[in-house]
Amino acid sequence: MVTESAQERWRRLYDAASIRPGKFATMSGIPLAPVYGPSDAEFPGLYPYTRGVHASMYRTKLWTMRMFAGFGTAKDTNARFREIIRSGGTGLSTAFDMPTLLGLDSDDPMSLGEVGRCGVAIDSLADVRDLFAGIDLGTITTSMTINSPAAVMLALFVAQAEESGVARERLGGTLQNDILKEYQAQKEFVFPPRQSMRLVRDTITFTAAEMPKWNSVSVSGYHIREAGSTAAEELSFTLANGFAYVELAGQGGLGVDAVAPRLSFFFNAHIDFFEEIAKYRAARRLWAKWMKEHYSATDERSWQLRFHTQTAGVSLTAQQPEINIARTAIEALAGVLGGTQSLHTNSMDEALALPSEKAARIALRTQQIIAHETNVTNVADPLGGSWFIEELTDEMEREAEVIFAQISKMGEGSMLEGCIRGIEENWFQGRIADSAYELERSFNSGERVVVGVNEFLEGNDDNDLETLRISNEDERKQLARLKEVRHDRDDEQVRRALERLSREASEPDVNLMPALIDAAKTYATVGEMMKALEGVFGRHVEVPSL
Amino acid sequence: MSVRVLVAKVGLDGHDRGVKVVARLLRDAGMEVVYTGLFQTPETVATAAIQEDVDVVGLSMLSGAHMTLAPLVVEALRERGSDIPVVLGGIVPPHDLDELKDLGVAAVFGPGASADEIVSAITGIVAASS
Repeated sequence: MVTESAQERWRRLYDAASIRPGKFATMSGIPLAPVYGPSDAEFPGLYPYTRGVHASMYRTKLWTMRMFAGFGTAKDTNARFREIIRSGGTGLSTAFDMPTLLGLDSDDPMSLGEVGRCGVAIDSLADVRDLFAGIDLGTITTSMTINSPAAVMLALFVAQAEESGVARERLGGTLQNDILKEYQAQKEFVFPPRQSMRLVRDTITFTAAEMPKWNSVSVSGYHIREAGSTAAEELSFTLANGFAYVELAGQGGLGVDAVAPRLSFFFNAHIDFFEEIAKYRAARRLWAKWMKEHYSATDERSWQLRFHTQTAGVSLTAQQPEINIARTAIEALAGVLGGTQSLHTNSMDEALALPSEKAARIALRTQQIIAHETNVTNVADPLGGSWFIEELTDEMEREAEVIFAQISKMGEGSMLEGCIRGIEENWFQGRIADSAYELERSFNSGERVVVGVNEFLEGNDDNDLETLRISNEDERKQLARLKEVRHDRDDEQVRRALERLSREASEPDVNLMPALIDAAKTYATVGEMMKALEGVFGRHVEVPSL
Repeated sequence: MSVRVLVAKVGLDGHDRGVKVVARLLRDAGMEVVYTGLFQTPETVATAAIQEDVDVVGLSMLSGAHMTLAPLVVEALRERGSDIPVVLGGIVPPHDLDELKDLGVAAVFGPGASADEIVSAITGIVAASS
């Protein structure tokens, strides 16, 4: 029997794929192959997927240009959503405000000054109804960037969909729901780690059983990098967290092939161009190997690491903000050459304020230039086979394996336990802070140049960029709305629903999703549901360390 | 006597990269630094600043709530009879700078402020206020 070469297997997959119309040639007419390499090389669409998860990559479908938005009241964001849908968008990405992200109601004293500022304020089912008014949740996919109260937000979302006549089986979308990186990096935590992980387990098992089109966790390295980690730390901590969720789902009775295909990933695109590309390639290879070899996954979809990319907020400068357009373009190109499935490009003014409409439009245009003008979408993994990129990819993989071994050791063989103990012992947080400090020192010493910051300062006095101004009007409107909700609902029903939630929270084997959905339907607020859980779970306090 | 600084995160903003890096840079410059940890209120910061007998309070804010919260920290200190100066670092739009000064914030450091710049500004502010 003659065995098929990798190239032949790739060809078979490529020929079976639907290819978007267009001529695949250079600007001057030189025809281009879908991928290059010797017949025994690694190929896209084939294990271990170093060169991409699809055989045809961007010849079938460009990446999704998923721009993250949310501000003010639910009604304001709804108007923005409808505009996105009118202009052909098929996916929504919701940014919540800080109180919502921390499970606080808008009228909590700690919410003062934060309501509707960094995203949309959601207090109850009434707000979720406003947020999705006139939008068919059965046809659009919805991404919700929320973590500590992720289970609560999922419950509100399901309650709203069912109220509008859409069964939960039909709901498609993604919940970020990656609580581990909150303790490690982003620091929007509420409950202690182990109690939080119980909620993640409940959402994973609930969506696996009842919401077949739902991605339960978006495992996020973005925030780890933004908090100051190196590329190898971002890569390894993120994948280790992914392994932890696979093990967690296993404790909930789900096999690896029932959970892994529903995990997606989210990485940073920083300014070191080749290192980032090597990072994405290593991420795919490592995930495939670990899923197949360590976790015995047999479904190919479990091996395939799909990811969203966002350009690096921390690389933007407040000085000469217009030059951030150039930084973002270079970072976005790294994401595309690295084979990302979706991309958010930052706006030039984000070191100064939330993005203005014009700045956000330029950021989207930057993606469109890469997609439609540069011709980089014709050939999969165009840098594959470069001695430099291949060596850097291998080095990323080696560094990540060293860190995996450290995490596994902390957990005595369990990645789940290693990730939790690493958090409890400040191991992740300490490493990230050390890396951030080292990098900052290299800027201060001048060893690393940042244009406009420590070199090339002419032009720093031009401060004529118009930035977005946000008034306190939305906070006032949201408080009035919440008061109305509290007045109109049946308090006795709310009390009973919250009582049930507390009772079930104290039974570790009960899945809390049904109790949360019922509570959502009584107009219990996000803050009330979170307080009921906190009564049982307690609150996480990070020991301040420098 | 070395300068004593309280660095603080007020409100719900969890971005702690900047506050930790700046704290270490201030230590490198010979200052004594106390860090409050996350999710503080203006009252807890004012109380801690007075108890720790610091020369200056440094707030780190990246969520856009600085116009509400930074003046409340100044107010909480003054209500307690303290004139400890308050400085602010983070994401602050240029159009907010004048109003923050009027509300009693002694200095604002944007992204990209160098260690030297922060250290010399704090040293100057402490010298002027003592």
